[in-house]
Amino acid sequence: MREISAQAVADEVKRLFLEASFCIGPDVEAAVSAGIKAEPSPAGRAALEQILENYHIARDERVAICQDTGMAVIFAEVGQDAHIVGGSFEEAVNAGVRAAYDEGYLRKSVVAEPLFARVNTRDNTPAIVHTRLVPGDRISLLATPKGFGSENMSRVKMLVPADGVEGVKRFVVQTVVEAGPNPCPPVIVGVGVGGTLEKAALMAKRCTARPVGSHHDDPRYAALEAELLEAINATGVGPAGTGGRVTALAVHIDYYPTHIAGLPVAVNMCCHAARHAQAIL
Amino acid sequence: MKRLTLPLSREDALSLRAGDTVLLSGTLYTGRDAAHKRLVALLEEGKPLPFPIEGQTIYYVGPAPARPGRPVGPAGPTTSYRMDAYTPALLRCGLRAMIGKGRRSPQVVAAMKEAGAVYFGATGGAAALISRAIVSAEVVCYEDLGAEAVHRFEVRDFPAVVLIDSQGNDLYEIGPEKYRL
Repeated sequence: MREISAQAVADEVKRLFLEASFCIGPDVEAAVSAGIKAEPSPAGRAALEQILENYHIARDERVAICQDTGMAVIFAEVGQDAHIVGGSFEEAVNAGVRAAYDEGYLRKSVVAEPLFARVNTRDNTPAIVHTRLVPGDRISLLATPKGFGSENMSRVKMLVPADGVEGVKRFVVQTVVEAGPNPCPPVIVGVGVGGTLEKAALMAKRCTARPVGSHHDDPRYAALEAELLEAINATGVGPAGTGGRVTALAVHIDYYPTHIAGLPVAVNMCCHAARHAQAIL
Repeated sequence: MKRLTLPLSREDALSLRAGDTVLLSGTLYTGRDAAHKRLVALLEEGKPLPFPIEGQTIYYVGPAPARPGRPVGPAGPTTSYRMDAYTPALLRCGLRAMIGKGRRSPQVVAAMKEAGAVYFGATGGAAALISRAIVSAEVVCYEDLGAEAVHRFEVRDFPAVVLIDSQGNDLYEIGPEKYRL
């Protein structure tokens, strides 16, 4: 049994949300740079150049890449031999989020209740916490602030087995085309296939944070990722949606066993401000 | 690249075409979901708006907080379709220009043609870059809405592109058509 203090969790969560909000990952930045060379549309290139310059300004000045600093989504893998002391885990995560959004001049974008009053909580809590219990005595934290321009363009569809691979392809490409300019392309498209309704959505979200340039371990899914990326970049949507060939930087798929009657598919859109930061305690 | 002054003159608004890139300098107002809801509620009650809207520009933005010494924090456009339900009423009151990102409804485009209005786009997500073009910011009304309060911005060389012009030409239709394989 290894003891980890709730304060250490809070401190790390704060650091991760600040890091994610200010500093784009080298994988995403490299993909945008490559996009500038590949993009035939002058307007598209201009948008990509602005996006790249914006990454640099944000990192150099420690300001948010995008004003929508998102809901604070965190994926935690908690080792079953780790003992959190001095407070509750979720409280610690929320304390870290509160501190990051206050001290980092990040926008507070959360309303306490969604339908009637919609009053801002003023500290960007509560976070959305996805926790898995895993072997070991460590805690892995992945902070993924999620803006709603792209979140609003995400979709889930309960396909049937007969829809097959073609059905999945159609749904993914259709989701990107219907979203058009709204989710701030070039996007990273996270696709969850199988499981249940919520499992598909969770996989789709989690795999948007996979490094751009990486491929699925299963060659069939890796090939499908490549095929979907090509199909999406042939739609003409382009950077900022005003026409071009760099509509997506990557398509990431994850799958899970599912029911004999089902083929759930979730598409989680992530904008070019694809922010995430990870650490292990 | 055209340099234009805000508020936009009627002649400038009518002369712009979808795809034109522009640098905007002058005064504009900010507003997004919650502020639009309140503005249109005032109109429905027959009450005056808290700022003169005729000929003005609304930028759909909810900035991040400003660091000390800065007029405003990162301030890129939010997605415009969420304002579509409220926009025709504001266009009928003389709103001349909007800045945002993303598609607009056929109702908004029809009201824009009637009003001779123009819809500009700023690059979504380029919030730190765009904030450099904002030289001052002050709250006009709805301070309780925080980031969603209506602000008056002075901007200098704010980079934008004409997404939909006063004739209803739409860059989101024209542009992708050229690059579709």
